[in-house]
Amino acid sequence: MELHTELEAHIGRWRGYVQRRQAISAADVEEMEDHLREQVADLQANGLDDDEAFLVAIRRLGNLDAVSREFAREHSDRLWKQLVLVPEDLDDAAAPRWRELGVVLALAVGAGVAVKAGLAWLGDDGGLLARNAGLLVFPFLAGYFAWKRRLTGRVAAAVAIPFVALAVVLNVYPFGSPGSTELLAALHAPVVLWLLAGVAYVGGKWRSDGRRMDFVRFTGELAIYYTLLALGGAVLIGLMFGVLQIVGLDLEPVMEDWILPFGVPGALIVAAWLVEAKQNVVENIAPVLTRVFMPLTIVMLLALLAVLASAGGLVDVDRGLLILMNAILVLVLCLLLYSISARDSLAAPGLFDILQLVLLAAALAVDAVMLTAMLSRIAEFGFSPNKIAALGLNLLLLVHLAWAAWLTIGFLRRRRPFGALERWQTRYLPVYGAWAAIVVVVFPLVFGFA
Amino acid sequence: MRIDKDLVAASATPLVLGILAEGDLYGYAILKRVGELSGGSMQWTDGMLYPLLHRLERLGYVSAAWGTSEAGRRRKHYAITASGREALAERQEQWAVVADALRQVWQNAQLPPTVAEGWA
Repeated sequence: MELHTELEAHIGRWRGYVQRRQAISAADVEEMEDHLREQVADLQANGLDDDEAFLVAIRRLGNLDAVSREFAREHSDRLWKQLVLVPEDLDDAAAPRWRELGVVLALAVGAGVAVKAGLAWLGDDGGLLARNAGLLVFPFLAGYFAWKRRLTGRVAAAVAIPFVALAVVLNVYPFGSPGSTELLAALHAPVVLWLLAGVAYVGGKWRSDGRRMDFVRFTGELAIYYTLLALGGAVLIGLMFGVLQIVGLDLEPVMEDWILPFGVPGALIVAAWLVEAKQNVVENIAPVLTRVFMPLTIVMLLALLAVLASAGGLVDVDRGLLILMNAILVLVLCLLLYSISARDSLAAPGLFDILQLVLLAAALAVDAVMLTAMLSRIAEFGFSPNKIAALGLNLLLLVHLAWAAWLTIGFLRRRRPFGALERWQTRYLPVYGAWAAIVVVVFPLVFGFA
Repeated sequence: MRIDKDLVAASATPLVLGILAEGDLYGYAILKRVGELSGGSMQWTDGMLYPLLHRLERLGYVSAAWGTSEAGRRRKHYAITASGREALAERQEQWAVVADALRQVWQNAQLPPTVAEGWA
């Protein structure tokens, strides 16, 4: 074989240049390099020399920016790994970073002020405060997305109108205090708000499965960042506490009055900004976390099943236990969503997909036991808002998990692409929002604000 | 004659699926086949083929497997799947309707072929 050192050098430089595009993976570069070499060989056979052949082949391959954008559109999970996909204009790249930090800090302080004001005005009424907690912080988070995504008026209205409606409902309804419909409304309102924040996050493209999946990723990463910030904050406050105690000062009033009301909502906004800006930092932790916790969760679910089975009569199952189990199922669901969002959708079925199926089967078994227990409690003691809310959530989870298991089986048998499983997750999400809205808006009316 | 960009984009999916229905191929060979079929008048940006193939793979229309080329390089071969054939059949019906409607319009408009050639 002839040696074409010059050509090899050209191709090597091209490879290095393409590899810097994070939307194009190493395998894609390899595939395109094979293409390039074939093209060059064909052109050489037609009488072109090395340089000419390389130039023509590169030109035919097309504008790398456009190709890279096309790859990113197809693999939004890769797009996720980088700060800016293709810098639209490089000139003012540095200035917006500082402007963004300013906006974020202003919004974080704003959220703190809102919570502080809420505490001052509503502080005496615990129920009223609980109902409004989400409402106080939401505008600042949604505001950040609105600013970041440059939302159009229509999308902004689509977020703002339901928010205002929710705020009116939560504050105008004459909830009996302390009543279970009030507690349910306070618990379900954040779910509605979170999905509204999702509409702002996806910049109004809420019909796009890919963007919805991005929001799922965002939610998972946000949880990680928020936990990290909270841990760091706790360590700082703890140290401060210790030092001040020795000096003879009590930090507790300051903490209750100022640090927590500003720190807790402020950290949420800052975490959202960090996820937006630094996606690639935790990006490698996410799949690792899901892989660590998936087997552990399976063990936990199986142990719970054994405990439930040995507990005897399902009617006597404690109410608190049912609530806890509900929380566990929601956690399993989050784990499932997050592991699906972190997975490369083109990879072949592997061990972790089998584990995922086992997890789904265990969760379905737990859910079935829960449903039986709930139905027998309802048969025994009659309806109550709590029971209907729990029953509804369990039915939603049952449908979600059962169909996800079915699709996973199809994927493992190579009958379906992984994309089908992804689409099912993203398309089912709004159902939870609708159910939460029903619990907030309809339940109090039906059950007489009890 | 150069084919309009939008038209090339719209026909890309059925064309690639149709070519793969003839037999398994790798990227460069698919593009060569496109060139042969259109007599060289459908100019693709070569690089755009790969994101398209990946999209078809994600949708389950094609499956991909790494093999080796004659020169010993790693090379990705694509094959159409059962659901890809279904999608192809569906696209074929759609295009048949479009082509039929266009043919009727051309006939009614009765463009003299010489003039049409002058425009091209």
